[in-house]
Amino acid sequence: MNIHEFQAKELLAQYGVPVPAGSVCRTAEEARAAAEKLFAGGSGMVVVKSQIHAGGRGKGTFKSGFQGGVKLCKTADDVCEKAKAMLGQTLVTKQTGPDGRLVSTLLVADAPAIKKEFYAAVLLDRVSSRPLLMASAEGGMDIEEVAEKHPEKIIKEIIDPAVGMYPYQARKVAAALGLSGDLINPAVKLFMGLYKTWWKSDAAMVEINPLAIIEGPGGKQSLSAVDAKMSLDDNALYRHANIQAMRDLNEEAPLEIEASKFALNYIKLDGSIACLVNGAGLAMATMDIIQHYGGSPANFLDVGGGASREQVTAAFKIILSDPNVKGILVNIFGGIMQCDIIATGIVEAVRETHLKLPLVVRLEGNNVDLGKKILRESGLPLISGDSMADAAQKIVKAVGK
Amino acid sequence: MAILVTPQTRVLVQGITGSFGARHSQLSLAYGTQIVAGVTPGKGGQTFENKVPIYDTVAQAAKETGATASAIFVPPPFAADAILEAVDAGLDLVVCITEGIPVNDMIKVKRATQGSKTRLIGPNCPGLVTPGEGKDSHGGSRIGIAPGYIHKKGNVGVVSRSGTLTYEAVWQLTCRGVGQSTCVGIGGDPVNGTSHLDVIKMFNDDPETHGIIMIGEIGGSAEEEAAEWIAQYCKKPVAGFIAGATAPPGRRMGHAGAIVSGGKGTAKAKIDAFKAAGIGVAATPSEMAETLLKLM
Repeated sequence: MNIHEFQAKELLAQYGVPVPAGSVCRTAEEARAAAEKLFAGGSGMVVVKSQIHAGGRGKGTFKSGFQGGVKLCKTADDVCEKAKAMLGQTLVTKQTGPDGRLVSTLLVADAPAIKKEFYAAVLLDRVSSRPLLMASAEGGMDIEEVAEKHPEKIIKEIIDPAVGMYPYQARKVAAALGLSGDLINPAVKLFMGLYKTWWKSDAAMVEINPLAIIEGPGGKQSLSAVDAKMSLDDNALYRHANIQAMRDLNEEAPLEIEASKFALNYIKLDGSIACLVNGAGLAMATMDIIQHYGGSPANFLDVGGGASREQVTAAFKIILSDPNVKGILVNIFGGIMQCDIIATGIVEAVRETHLKLPLVVRLEGNNVDLGKKILRESGLPLISGDSMADAAQKIVKAVGK
Repeated sequence: MAILVTPQTRVLVQGITGSFGARHSQLSLAYGTQIVAGVTPGKGGQTFENKVPIYDTVAQAAKETGATASAIFVPPPFAADAILEAVDAGLDLVVCITEGIPVNDMIKVKRATQGSKTRLIGPNCPGLVTPGEGKDSHGGSRIGIAPGYIHKKGNVGVVSRSGTLTYEAVWQLTCRGVGQSTCVGIGGDPVNGTSHLDVIKMFNDDPETHGIIMIGEIGGSAEEEAAEWIAQYCKKPVAGFIAGATAPPGRRMGHAGAIVSGGKGTAKAKIDAFKAAGIGVAATPSEMAETLLKLM
């Protein structure tokens, strides 16, 4: 699960990471009030930031034609005006796809003078199976690009989960970034807080980009998490009620939300051949083989181990709500799952949804004979596939004609 | 010989009284596997199916029955504890089937079990099968949830992150009359106990294994690491398949570990690594067995 910038900053602040002062606003008037408070508190500049789960906001364009989902303002009036232009509008960025995302929340925050930008993140290092603190002096940039072109500019510190991160590790990273003097200890506090946020929240990744050296009114330098991004481990959400409450359904595809209600693992794609498969690996491989034979997959759908008849029916309904779908491939290899349960589910779902599209079914595994018998005796016009290749070729052909 | 388990391996099941654990324990018993004990705290003294004694702790079960391997079917919040209990009891092999264990729990488990003699397979895996000599491979050792009858005793080793793709490969082999030494599902989580490479090394040392099918998927770099080792040291033909060429980047494809992030872990990078290592790459999942047999 992903959360918004303002939510990530809330969590970071709880663990001692300094973030710019700011407020979450849902109306232009709230934005004005928040800005007035910031200016009264000494802010020279205030930033209005669209809260959506996608990067590239600053360079994005609203469907209304308004340019930029992040705007710097010098007056509260200007903040109010920019808020009006953003709220209720759809922002398209290089990460949202052409549909864009509706902006219904803004973060109105102090925009301090930035002297230098860094990158910092904590994530899982899959090679060592340990947490990894990653940093770079190339802040504000696309970190993937830095990693690709200048891997030597990425600083990595592996953390021993038995004891957690020690301050010396944070000092090492701070020094490698070129931080010194008065900024060393604040950097240690910040990196320790970043690690704690990751560990205590069961995050998949916490990223601060840019992490900035900012200059206060008296010329005093300090560190601040100017932008933050965070994703959580879905499997650990059960122990974080506060984070569960941060889920924003507006950021998720409606069909994926519907699928999650039935514990189905569904990801919508752009193709025309829907697939319903048991097992994540087989579901990916089914998408791959559809493409191999010249078709294009409409979705990833793993009905999982214990799929009930209700789940299979729900899966069919979800697949069929996608208007691009021209045919369906069901590919089941029953290990955990019994093929007769799947077959009964398919028959019921086809009847209930009055399916008119071509349907190819390939069953194998536990109780396969019984499953095939149920399909055969249903009287429904199903096409049977013997192998994955056979089934994939049949559905591609059926959709193509 | 096979690897990890033989038909004589004595197995206990943690979570034998849950519906999932019970069903698959029944299937393993029917397959001829030596399921000698169950563990469910609070149900010690009872029996499963009127023949398998249930204990409150793994240590008691292992001591009383001589079990050396465990299959874990407990729910995700309790799985880390169950794994550590089995390791503490000194078992040789722990196979964790449970799907949905928090990553941080597994990070801790992996750290805590460093240096122990116990081998952990999984979590979020189908387990492993060493096929037996009977009809439909009856009499083998089935730890986990794979359908037993698709196997056939023989000389191909199979290792995979995906359960159903393992069954797919095994069935392709069996349908061609080619049997398997051992089939190992290492699981789809980002932190797991045993890697592709660990299993490949065991297959390489196993005289009964003559060829290997390695199935991978997007996410991480375990396949690349295995390929690098294979190029240098593996004495046996290896064929492989990588799932997820059509998966959109940044999305978790069902398995917690199946994600292309930061441009890393793509199917293309893995397929390229396979090719560079001389591993036969199946163009589609339907050709996994064919690809290996051509090399053997």
